[in-house]
Amino acid sequence: MERDFLDISRVSVRFGPGAPLVLNGIDLKVRQGEYVAVIGHSGCGKSTLLNVVAGLLTATQGGVILEGKEVTEPGPDRAVVFQNHSLLPWLTVYENVKLAVDRTAGRGMSRAERHDWTLRNLALVRMEGHAQKRPHEISGGMKQRVGIARALAMKPKVLLLDEPFGALDALTRAHLQDQVMAIHADLGTTVMMITHDVDEAVLLSDRIVMMTNGPTATIGEVLEVDLPRPRHRLALASDPRFIAAREAVLRFLYERHALPAAA
Amino acid sequence: MNAIAPPAPPADLAASTSAPVRRAPTLTDRLRPHVQHVLAVIIPPIMLIGLLVAVWEWASSSPTASLPPPSRVWDDAKELILNPFYDRGGLDKGLGLHLFASLQRVAVGFALSAVAGVALGMLVGSSRFAMRALDPLFQVLRTVPPLAWLPLSLAAFREAQPSAIFVIFITAVWPIIINTAVGVRNVPADYRNVARVIRLSPFDWFLRIVVPAAAPYIFTGLRIGVGLSWLAIIAAEMLIGGVGIGFFVWDAWNSSNLSDIIVALAYIGVVGFLLDRAMALVGRAVTRGTSEQ
Repeated sequence: MERDFLDISRVSVRFGPGAPLVLNGIDLKVRQGEYVAVIGHSGCGKSTLLNVVAGLLTATQGGVILEGKEVTEPGPDRAVVFQNHSLLPWLTVYENVKLAVDRTAGRGMSRAERHDWTLRNLALVRMEGHAQKRPHEISGGMKQRVGIARALAMKPKVLLLDEPFGALDALTRAHLQDQVMAIHADLGTTVMMITHDVDEAVLLSDRIVMMTNGPTATIGEVLEVDLPRPRHRLALASDPRFIAAREAVLRFLYERHALPAAA
Repeated sequence: MNAIAPPAPPADLAASTSAPVRRAPTLTDRLRPHVQHVLAVIIPPIMLIGLLVAVWEWASSSPTASLPPPSRVWDDAKELILNPFYDRGGLDKGLGLHLFASLQRVAVGFALSAVAGVALGMLVGSSRFAMRALDPLFQVLRTVPPLAWLPLSLAAFREAQPSAIFVIFITAVWPIIINTAVGVRNVPADYRNVARVIRLSPFDWFLRIVVPAAAPYIFTGLRIGVGLSWLAIIAAEMLIGGVGIGFFVWDAWNSSNLSDIIVALAYIGVVGFLLDRAMALVGRAVTRGTSEQ
């Protein structure tokens, strides 16, 4: 039972022979249902790490094991929500999710079941009312919600979020964070999220993985966030445990591993 | 000096009685903005054309002028202008029929080049090996002027009609190939990643991602191609003869009918413009939503 669900072991990545290591010996074990945030300054290779877990990138050394099976290629069991939503502009919101459903979780379902499953996932992110719109007709936050619905519709074992709220305004971001928290509580999906937002990391995750600066970035510290769920951003704002966790991450990022250029 | 002098009720009454009287906008009211817009678009070019015709009339009005003034063109070629579809047998036909013959050749040649161009462009865009092998060839061949192909194609086909069609094909195919290849190569990496995560088959990847993503590029290529084939057909027809607007111009030159040539040029220009517009419209309809992010 205590077997690790997702096991990232000794992952190093270099782009091309002779180039410096981007990631150096990353070791990380994630439990089933856990919400892990990976935080670090830009250029520290955190997106590279996510791409290795997704299978979009092959590690130079080491590897990733999910439920006892080595990751060798991308697949729907590790659905990715991309930073810039990556919806296909010529398909409607419904068709974007449906395409993923048809090729992944929907295999073996009847036509009506696939339709229902698509709508169910759109409803999960409250986008069922905009199903027939095209991506250019909806806001950035809505696009990102559709991206989340598309990823969830694949029934992934691990949901990979690559700075999913980075391009959104603060209010929209807060709204989406609450939705992701609710979905995580509902479905118990294992989540690995890349972020550079300290509040977001503390609010959402069970554990925060802090990366040192690149090149040859590695894991600097791991912080357990033992805040009870469900969490509410207003109640937490003055909670000493929240403040302490936040301070620990800030100290890591701006004291011990400040960007040389930013100093 | 009384602060509450104007009593309220009459004001209310006035408002309530005047409201229903306000008439609904009539047809003229609703059409006015549209008419104004159309006029604003149409009047400037009409004014300029009027001015150019006036200058032309003035410039070629002297008895020694080498080109006929617009009034002479009208007198000489009235029948050509007013009746484009007369047919007295042989080559003595209206301009509409000549244009129709030319357009038929363009339709066949351009259709062939669209099919071959898109297919080759897809191949070159998606295979590095095909690109390395074919690109140098394309880069050299595409600079060969259309008419330079004509003697060779006449020798190969031994007939005027297929030779003309081949010249159109070989002229229009290059921009279609090159634009299609660029479109295929520029499919965003994000879409590729999405396709890999949901494990699209190569066939679905091609049909559901590559084709729609490259469509705006393909239609740009087709639009350039149709313009080039219209350029090529006029020149090719001058040399091969038979029914067709190009030969009509050549024939008019041989019989010194300058007025006929001028009328034919106007027709060629208008048809070329319409071809370009038609292609742009088709492109816009097909790629609706694709180019907007």
